Amino acid sequence: MTRIALAAILLASAAPLWAEDHTIAAGEGAQERLQEALILAEPGDTIILEAGRFALTDGLSLDVDGVTIRGAGMEGESASILDFTGQQGSGEGLLVTSDDVTLRDFAVENARGDGIKSKGADNIIYHALRVEWTAGPKATNGAYGIYPVESSNVLVQESYVRGASDAGIYVGQSENIIVRRNRVVENVAGIEIENSNHAEVTENLTTRNTGGILVFDLPGLPRVGGGDVLVARNAVIDNNTDNFAPEGNIVASVPAGTGIMIMANKGVQVLENALVNNDTSHVMLIAYTQTYTDERYQPRPVDVFVADNVYGSGGMKPDFAGGEMLAAAFGGALPPVLTDGLHETLTIEDTSAVATLGLTRVGQPLTEASPAMLEERDAGAFAELAPVILPESMEARLR
Amino acid sequence: MKPALAFLLAAGAALAVAVTASALPPEGVRDAAVLGEAGPGGASAKYPERLSDYGFFEDARARRPRPGVIRYDLNIALWSDGADKLRYIYVPEGKQAHARGEGLLDLPVGSAILKTFAFGQGEEQRFIETRVLLHRADGWLALPYRWNKEGTEATLALVGARMEIARPDGTRINYRVPNKNQCKQCHVKDGEVTPIGPKLRNMADADLARLGIAARSASPLPLWESREGGDLQALARGYLDVNCAHCHQPGSMASNSGLDLRFEQDDPHAIGIGKPPVAAGRGAGGHAVSIAPGDPDASILVYRMSSTEPGIAMPELGRSTNDADGIALIRRWIADMEPAS
Repeated sequence: MTRIALAAILLASAAPLWAEDHTIAAGEGAQERLQEALILAEPGDTIILEAGRFALTDGLSLDVDGVTIRGAGMEGESASILDFTGQQGSGEGLLVTSDDVTLRDFAVENARGDGIKSKGADNIIYHALRVEWTAGPKATNGAYGIYPVESSNVLVQESYVRGASDAGIYVGQSENIIVRRNRVVENVAGIEIENSNHAEVTENLTTRNTGGILVFDLPGLPRVGGGDVLVARNAVIDNNTDNFAPEGNIVASVPAGTGIMIMANKGVQVLENALVNNDTSHVMLIAYTQTYTDERYQPRPVDVFVADNVYGSGGMKPDFAGGEMLAAAFGGALPPVLTDGLHETLTIEDTSAVATLGLTRVGQPLTEASPAMLEERDAGAFAELAPVILPESMEARLR
Repeated sequence: MKPALAFLLAAGAALAVAVTASALPPEGVRDAAVLGEAGPGGASAKYPERLSDYGFFEDARARRPRPGVIRYDLNIALWSDGADKLRYIYVPEGKQAHARGEGLLDLPVGSAILKTFAFGQGEEQRFIETRVLLHRADGWLALPYRWNKEGTEATLALVGARMEIARPDGTRINYRVPNKNQCKQCHVKDGEVTPIGPKLRNMADADLARLGIAARSASPLPLWESREGGDLQALARGYLDVNCAHCHQPGSMASNSGLDLRFEQDDPHAIGIGKPPVAAGRGAGGHAVSIAPGDPDASILVYRMSSTEPGIAMPELGRSTNDADGIALIRRWIADMEPAS
């Protein structure tokens, strides 16, 4: 009986007593030694990356549940750096395909494709990571820095991403998501939440990107119908970097100078953010512009609530055809909030000025815009989104 | 006889028996190794250290399969830097493989699929690696084995390898043996490892017959060798099914792209016609859609097939050179499509 009880305790424990640490140092054979440790790890184990620069020739991957990869730090003298400058294969630097994984306190540099991708990896924690393309914004950089997709319970926090040619932090086709206290600099999109539900993007600094924070929903994907996204208490500053995304990608169409952009989605709340010096528009709402055949898809932003934000200067050099004229027509700068006119139920409580392009049907070309101040404010009752609650075991892993 | 001498003799006899036992090949395939069960000795039952531990072949060079290890070929094959492939299916005695529609064969627990990658012909043929798929009680397991230079032994390469190889035509390539995780990246469906290759429609009736499968494909894929003047549609869709669909289908590694290149998918948008990229990044190459009907040069599919650069090249794994014949076929197929109005 005692033995059974003991076994039950062992099974219930988040960190099994038999969990092992495997310490890997940089230097000769780092690729093989580190990859071998990742393959042979057992659930509960920790792979410890010693401080130093790991010169890697191929992508790394982890497919064991419950493993922690922990470095000595993300920057400075004691950083553990996975350096993919010499990468010869794979579509990302580090790929995670297992559940309950913790990645923390290391850096990924110059991955040839995405930096760190996790796919179908539930309960994943990205904590205090640096993912960087060290030459700064270039179209030849990888697409995404931190890239969880098709997952439930995603936590990305206190990390730094620079140089991604698509999005610094991109969460796609996932649910129950917290992205908080990150710094995202000089990416095309700073943070992008796409085709996902129930997300909180809070207390991040997004600066010198093309667009600061994007909340998108696209048709034709396994998961569509994104929404219930809170964007709150972020500093969204100086996102005026020329768009360096390769043509063809949806973010290539994001104008430089975009603060927060909402495309499609249902239930987005933009609250208590500080938006400063975003030259096109601080907050932008648009419908999906391309043709689609997906019957599940609704292309308009619906139930958007904008309140209690602080706006600095901005909107003076809108980066789209006719933008200058448009700004002039509005007295030299677009007002802080711009809609294409295709939203349903937009509630604004923090500014008197909202511009509309006056479009009346989805897919209508901008040449048919009839810009005006938006007079009609749908006074939707504010209902707080249910807070995103991650499993207690995730929070426990960080303690 | 003095006790000491008797002991020595006994020990010698035991030694002789042991030596004989290890030198003599066993009678058949070691099912315990396939199943991952601890055999005599017990060590490393999970990941057998050598290919020879399974006993699939009579000889160390793996040229002579044991009874029950059935050689087969595919009408259209995956491009792997021009490597030749020797494929085998093993089904344990008393069990039976079954057809399951036109797709993957249903292979019972205890079965194995082997694929040896080789360059050169006849005496010059050199084995590089043998990839093994084992159907164990808890599912399929994929393991890579790398051949030594002499071609006498293949050992487990859990972490894979990268090596320079001189191909028969004299070109040198940087060849990648996948690691265990990379095996799974292609072989995953709904979180579990699965075979990819042996589909009814891609196999010859004679090979199926040797597996005891009487079912025949209603519409077998054309032979790759027939691609000049063959059925372009079937060839192209067959090629994409074999080379791309293991990732590009629901439940597999590239499911989030929404691109579904399975042979049986008939929604034009799902196979990429007029479909914008999702997470392609610079892999899009400035193109707006995966397939632009009538315009291969504006199609992301062709762009990514024609690159060897990580982050652009597709497939992501398993090749370091371009498949010129495959590219030519897909170009012809796209050029042949009616342009969108």
